[in-house]
Order: sequence, then structure tokens, then C-alpha cells
Amino acid sequence: MIKHATLEKNSILLTVLILVVVAIGGIVELAPLFYLESTIEEVEGVRPYTPLELAGRDIYVREGCYNCHSQMVRPLRDEAERYGHYSLAAESMYDHPFQWGSKRTGPDLARVGGRYSDDWHVAHMIDPRAVVPESVMPGYPFLADTPLDYANIADHLRVNGLLGVPYSQAMIDNAANDLKAQLDPDADGAEALVGRYPKALVRDFDGNPDLISELDALVAYMQMLGTLVDFGAYKAEGPNLR
Amino acid sequence: MNLLSGLLLVLGAIGSLLLAFAASDKVMTFHAVLLLAFFAIGAYLVFRRKPAASIAGYQDDVIRAGAIASIFWGVVGFLVGLVIALQLAWPALNFDLPWTNFGRLRPLHTSAVIFAFGGNILLMTSFHVVQRTCQARLAGGWAGWFVFWGYQLFILMAATGYLLGVTQGKEYAEPEWYVDLWLTIVWVVYLLVFLGTLWKRKEPHIYVANWFYLAFIVTVAMLHLVNNAAIPLSLTGTRSYVVWAGVQDALTQWWYGHNAVGFFLTAGFLAIMYYYVPKRAERPVYSYRLSIVHFWSLIFLYIWAGPHHLHYTALPEWAQTLGMTFSVMLWMPSWGGMVNGLLTLSGAWDKLRTDPVLRMMVVSVAFYGMSTFEGPLMSIKAVNALSHYTDWTIGHVHSGALGWVAFVSFGALYYIVPVLWQRQRLYSNRLVSVHFWIATLGIVLYITAMWVSGILQGLMWRAYDQLGFLEYSFGETVEAMHPFYLIRALGGLLFVLGSLIMAYNLWRTMRGDLREEVDPMATPAAAAAAAS
Repeated sequence: MIKHATLEKNSILLTVLILVVVAIGGIVELAPLFYLESTIEEVEGVRPYTPLELAGRDIYVREGCYNCHSQMVRPLRDEAERYGHYSLAAESMYDHPFQWGSKRTGPDLARVGGRYSDDWHVAHMIDPRAVVPESVMPGYPFLADTPLDYANIADHLRVNGLLGVPYSQAMIDNAANDLKAQLDPDADGAEALVGRYPKALVRDFDGNPDLISELDALVAYMQMLGTLVDFGAYKAEGPNLR
Repeated sequence: MNLLSGLLLVLGAIGSLLLAFAASDKVMTFHAVLLLAFFAIGAYLVFRRKPAASIAGYQDDVIRAGAIASIFWGVVGFLVGLVIALQLAWPALNFDLPWTNFGRLRPLHTSAVIFAFGGNILLMTSFHVVQRTCQARLAGGWAGWFVFWGYQLFILMAATGYLLGVTQGKEYAEPEWYVDLWLTIVWVVYLLVFLGTLWKRKEPHIYVANWFYLAFIVTVAMLHLVNNAAIPLSLTGTRSYVVWAGVQDALTQWWYGHNAVGFFLTAGFLAIMYYYVPKRAERPVYSYRLSIVHFWSLIFLYIWAGPHHLHYTALPEWAQTLGMTFSVMLWMPSWGGMVNGLLTLSGAWDKLRTDPVLRMMVVSVAFYGMSTFEGPLMSIKAVNALSHYTDWTIGHVHSGALGWVAFVSFGALYYIVPVLWQRQRLYSNRLVSVHFWIATLGIVLYITAMWVSGILQGLMWRAYDQLGFLEYSFGETVEAMHPFYLIRALGGLLFVLGSLIMAYNLWRTMRGDLREEVDPMATPAAAAAAAS
């Protein structure tokens, strides 16, 4: 039997034992998530973000939107009615990092895609209280005037690809063109874009075709949130039962 | 040794100079210049310094610097908290600018109070406690100074990064990859300084406070390295992508996040309790055996509690259940620690009447007990379904952060400043009393407002009308929060005022001023004699 005094007299032994004791819980809880197949549901439709959506997500992260908005609908009756079908793990499996959030100072955004018009989003980002009088959200008028910096957008796709997001070589090679094409239905590359990214929305999102703005990207991202999975066809039973 | 460290610093200076020129974005250039200044000044000081005349005794200058930094960052962090509280009450205060919006200021607030204020308190007290309880000078010569200034640089890069839009988007782990790497270097040196001082100890036993400091340093290193694993877009740019994704990232994040609470804000500050409460009360720790049980059960159980941040999410249910179970079990070691702290006052309870510093420490332990009861309660899934995503969580965090962490830190500062500046006492005990009451009132306003608004909002979200429709729109629930956001901001204002009073009191103490006042520590007879 080792006496505690032994530990109190040997700093290395104490340090090693601390490390062992604090490592156990994390290993038991985290490691199975990487190999248990039931962790992420089998579901059709979830695809990597288009270059424009990824750039929009970058702005979402940069401005700290997760401080006030969750992206995780819980399987509770009122949330299903307020926001829609509960969120699946599969829906955020390409999110580096996840943006589930922890606080709803504003509403959940997991299924905000398609709920409001682009015009509403533009008006709301420029002055939230113009469309929602009781809102306490900051205004983001500068997004509409700031040109989107997408010089290294291909690098963004490439690094996501390294981390396991299934971006093909064609997606990476065409990243900058795809980004521009998503803003212009008449562009040459628009059809190829939708071929690579099914259900991608192609239009000028901020209502200003002269400028590829940060607002374009952010609205493109928000308009696709939660829209990829067809819940008419989704089976919650079998291996997908949590 | 000096030559080697000087050369390393010169190498660092050259590296950051190259980085400043090669940087692919402006923030990287800015931060490379900060690094350059750090290395250049460091190298200059190392080469210039003549061999110290005496390296006997304790190294107290770095602790004094830590005290000043703690006071400064405390006031800054609380002030930013007040600003964002006011922004929620009056959104016009966001000014529609990128650098002043809530989304960027909130991480500034959390990092400033946790890592800048809390971190400096932990650096300062650990350097103080480890030297005194080992009866040995801090190991590593200038290494303690490297840890101190390196840590300030980490804070500066993190904070300016947030304001300029550089973040990796993980709560309480917002700094980008290169700032994380810098912190890793500083942290490894910190661990070595701490261990090195333990190796020089003249006492055969390592004192209990040092177990807690060691657990804090080691565990935070583990959490930091795993949670922040990332691949940068380029080695000369600020942007990176976190290695983990989706559900795995969520649990990794809250394994980190909850244990930032468990080991940064709890284990480290329990070390403060285990040294400064007995010192101030002039009584030994209540139970040696309880402190052993407390230590090992606390650090073992805490690590498992992360999943309670993810109840009813897409995290597998087995993980949620495991997290809830361990969170409830965690109640016991937490209260074991509280009991050990409070009963240390056995035979010295009368001092609560006369010593406002001890009163602050004891109330902090009481707040620790309260929030470690509330935490397990909120981790129960049925309760969490209501409380999650609401202000109740914010209230809970602040009862722990203001009541426990900040109060025990204030207690340590009030103890440490007169000792290290060699003053006979604080400038004013009356002002400590004023600080205590004004801050306590602020905390009470804060947490009660958040309880009411949190539970109110949770209930409004799930309310149905007679026809079976949701009764309230989301906007109506936001509107209902307004009065409570005002009360919360008032509570925050009182807390900021208290910290300013403390800063004034400690500044005067450092200068060596003594306010003439009846010493509440004296017996009534002595007080009467002094007055006459």
C-alpha cells in the first residue's frame, strides 16, 4: 500500500499521477465518439460548404455570432415548433469548428435558411431594429460596404480537405470561380457550381451586383443553414436512433 | 546560462522581424512587431544585467509585478463586462462598428477576467505560495520574469486580435493558433519554474496548496493542447481551422471549457484558499485527510462533467448521461473542499467581525459552496432543458466568478500587498469593508436578476396558449429581459466601483500611506486608548 506521504515527497510521481487521473474521464468520453458509427447519423444531402458559404461562415465566426445565437435545435416540442426538426450530428459534421453555441440572446439559427428573404436579411444586418423593433442585436452596416477578401479561398478549401471535409480537387481548383459564379445566375460557371454543390443557391444575395461584399457571403451562408437534409425522407429509427 | 538565454531571445527577435515582413495580413504584422519588442527588450535586459549582487532570499519582485497586473486587468475586465451588459440593455451602444460590437467584446470580457485577471492572480499567488511553503527561492533566475511578461504578451495578442476580428470561434479558447503556440511556450516554462522550485524545497512534504497548483498547471496544458489543435492556412497568416469538427469538436470544446472552470477557476483558486485562509485566520487547515480526499476526488470527477453543456443536443445520449452523473457526484468533493475551508476558521470565527479581509475570503468560500450546488442542479437534464441557452447560466457563472473567484482573489491581494511592500497594514480597513459590501450587493443584484430573467425566458419559450400554439414570439421574450438587463448592469456597476476602491486602497498601501482610523482588529480597550 502506497502511503500518500510518498506522493507528497516526490513531485514527479505526483505530477504523473495527476496526469493519469485527469486523463481518464476525457479518454472514456471522447475516444468513442471517433469510432462508434452511431455517433453521426446516416443521412442524404449533407455536403461541404460552397466557397461563398464557407467565406460567409468565416464572417459569422469572426463577428462572434455564436456568442448570442445557437445552431442546435433540441428535440423538445416547443423547439420543434419554433425552429423545425431537431438538429442532427450529421448536419454539422463538416463544421471546423462547430458553432452549436451555448446561449440564445437571439433565436436559434440552425434552420434559418429560407425562412426570410434576402432583402429582409440585408435590412436586418444594416439595422436590426428596422425590421425587429425589440431586437438587441448590434447593427452590421459595414458588411455591405466591405469587399469580400477571397484571394486565398482555395487555401480554405484545401485545409478543410486536409481535415477530412470531402472537397475534391476540382472543387479546390475552381474555388474562386465558384465563389463568383454563385452570385450570378447568368455566369458561365453557375451550372458547374450546382453540379459540384447540390442545392446551392445562385443569386446576388445583398442586392448590389457591383460589389462582392462580406454581406453577400454571410447571407449566402445563412440562407443555406439547415436546408440540406430532406426530413421527409429521413429515418430516425434503426442505426440512426440515438 | 545568461548567454544561452540571451541568444535564444536574439533568435526570437530575428524570427519575429522576419515574420513582420513576411506576414500575409495586417494583424499578423502587428503581432509580429509586439513579439519583436518583447524579444528585443528581453535580450537587452539579459545582456545588460550584471551578475546579481545577491540571489539569496525570496524572489518577490515578480510577485509585486503580478499584483499590479492583476489589479489592472481586473478593473479592465470588469469594465468591459459592464459595457457589454449595457449593450444588451441599450443596443445603440454597439455603435454599429466592427471593433465595438458585442460579438467581439464579449470574448474580450471573458478572456480579460478569466485569463488576464484570474491568470495573473494564479501566477502571482503560485509564485508566492510555492516559495514560502518550500522555503526556497523561485527556480530559474529570470525565467519567472519570462513567464510574467510572456503571459502579458499572450493577453495583449489575444485581446487585440479579438477586436480586430481574429478568433478561432471556440468559447473561452478564441485565440488563434500562433497565440496558442506562444502560450504553450510560456506555460512549459511556468511548469518548469514551479517544479524547479519544488525540487529546491527544504520541507520534505509538498504542501497541499501546491498539489492544487500543480494539477491546475498540468491539466490546463493538456486541455489547451488538445482543444486548440489546428492547421493554419499559412505560417504567415492569422487564420487556421480547428482539427476537430461537429459533434466531436463540441465535446472536445466543453471538455476543455468545463475544465477551464474546473482547473483554472477552481483548482487554482482552491490552492489560494488552502494557503491564504489558514494564514489570515492563523489556524491550520481543518483536516489533512479531507484535503487528500478533496484533491483526488475533485480532479478525477471534474474532467467527466463537460457533456452537461450539451444536454439534448446531437451529442450521443450515453455521453450526456455520463456527464450528468459525474456532475451530480462532483457536488460532494466540492462541498468537501468548502467544509475544509470554512472549518479552518474553527476557534477564529470572532475574526470575521474585525477583519474585513478574512470576511471576504470566507464569503468567497460560501459562494463557492452555493455555485457548486447550483451547478450539479443545472446539470440534471430536466432542469437543463429549461435553463440551457438562458441567462440562468450567465447568473450561475457569475455567482462563481464574482462571488468565489474574484472575492478569494481580492482577499489574496489584500493579504499580499502589505506583506510584499513591507507595510505594517493596509492603507484602510474601512475601505476594504466598503469594497466588500458594495461588491456583495452588486453580486446579489446580478445573480438574482439573471435567475429571474433566465427562468422567465425559459418558461416563455415553452409556453402554449389555450389553442395549443406557442404563446410568445422570440421577440417578446427578448423584450421581457430588458428590466433585468438594467438590474444586472447596475450590479455590474457596483462591482466595478468596488474594484476601483480596492485599486485605490492598494495603491495607497504600496506608497506606504496609512489612513488614520480606529483599527477594527484592536480590542475595544486599545481602540478607546488610541482614540483618546
